[in-house]
Amino acid sequence: MPWIDACATDEIEEEDVIRWDHADRTFAIYHGVDGAFYCTDGLCTHEQVHLADGLVMDNDIECPRHNGLFDYRNGNALRAPVCEDLATYPTKVEGGRILVLLE
Amino acid sequence: MATRDYSLTGPSAKRAVDAGLSAAEWYHTDVSRKEMKALMKRRDGPPMRDTMIWAFLHVLFATGGIYFWGSWVAVPFWLAYGLLYGSACDSRWHECGHGTAFRTRWMNDVIYHIASFQIMRNPVNWRWSHARHHTDTLIVGRDPEIAWMHPIRLGMKALAYVGLHDTLVSLKTLARNAVGWLSPDEKDYIPQSEWPKAVFWARIHMVIYAFTVGVATMMFLGGLGWKAIIPFLLIGGPRIYGCWHMVMTGLLQHGGLAEDVLDHRLNSRTLYMNPISRWIYWNMNYHVEHHMFPMVPYYALPALHELINYDLPSPNTSIWDGYREMIGAVLRQRREPGYFVKKNLPATAKPYREDLHTHVPERQDRRNSHALD
Repeated sequence: MPWIDACATDEIEEEDVIRWDHADRTFAIYHGVDGAFYCTDGLCTHEQVHLADGLVMDNDIECPRHNGLFDYRNGNALRAPVCEDLATYPTKVEGGRILVLLE
Repeated sequence: MATRDYSLTGPSAKRAVDAGLSAAEWYHTDVSRKEMKALMKRRDGPPMRDTMIWAFLHVLFATGGIYFWGSWVAVPFWLAYGLLYGSACDSRWHECGHGTAFRTRWMNDVIYHIASFQIMRNPVNWRWSHARHHTDTLIVGRDPEIAWMHPIRLGMKALAYVGLHDTLVSLKTLARNAVGWLSPDEKDYIPQSEWPKAVFWARIHMVIYAFTVGVATMMFLGGLGWKAIIPFLLIGGPRIYGCWHMVMTGLLQHGGLAEDVLDHRLNSRTLYMNPISRWIYWNMNYHVEHHMFPMVPYYALPALHELINYDLPSPNTSIWDGYREMIGAVLRQRREPGYFVKKNLPATAKPYREDLHTHVPERQDRRNSHALD
């Protein structure tokens, strides 16, 4: 599957996240503290809550419902009640746009 | 008095799921992303200040209690120590369990484990039960933390203020977990992968209690007489003689309010209280706000309250005012199943989202059965 144009880089503040829906799926796109952009599945693996409503702190995203924590760079589950890792997707920036590679 | 099935594996659980009440969409007051980000922001400063005061006062009051042992002067020291240990532990356990107190994650974890020990709760079990409490707040058959179960036994509720029964139940649960046995309800809300951790922490807690008993026994056998109870006054005992404030504030959170609804304004209570109680309770008197937005740390709850107050029922004006409302409702619930306090909303608020929970078979059954009585 090709790289998909998701959004403009200036749509996401640094250390923040937005929701991106594509082809009946939902994702979360992050602007990391390192300036890079990251993409994960949009729903928490615990109870299917949109992570884009959560809090980005350093390299972590906290779920808004139960405060479960993931490292959004690699999807690792860091704190209960999340136990299952989050799927992540490669991103790149071209011409001020964030592109996501969906498998 | 009407009875309800509050088990997590019985008919109420199935009914709740069938009615769409489990893991459902809840009403939220509109708050802009920018404002919510500011409110959710974590800091280490306020919780470190509060934790240092909390720890210092533990040492101060315990030292006073031991120093003045044998004199009536020791009594207020022990009462104050018990309050910090047996009541303030609840808010620390709760906030650090959410991971919202400190910005630094390990600090949340350390205080969570200390406070879990003080409150005699298995730190694994209660992390999961509290997650369920937030998913399905006061949904009968789903929420494991409903304090006011019907039929309401007022005598037992009164006894809760001296913690003896609750302490025995908690110790029994820890002992059961320590030998590797989890109840069907615990197995319902704790993932299987976490069961070994629950057993491990129960064993840690039980070892500390066994050590405390051992020290007290040695002191007694060493001829120290009544001084041999000091280890129990320091460890474990405050869960009995110091829990009254935790019970007083905890029962107000949802008492007399609605079960099986999907709008926290109907099942949670916000009230104003004095600054000392708010410090002990870490602002959980803003309980509607906490349930609507559990990511907001305790030190930002007053600001959240100011922001969304226009959309919430008027808070109770004091602990006394809250009790007057709650006890009246509880007494009525004993003879009128299904009754709950439905507070008026201000003109600026959006109406209650009763459409979210209109189809609740059990409530309908209960109304019908009451009408037939």
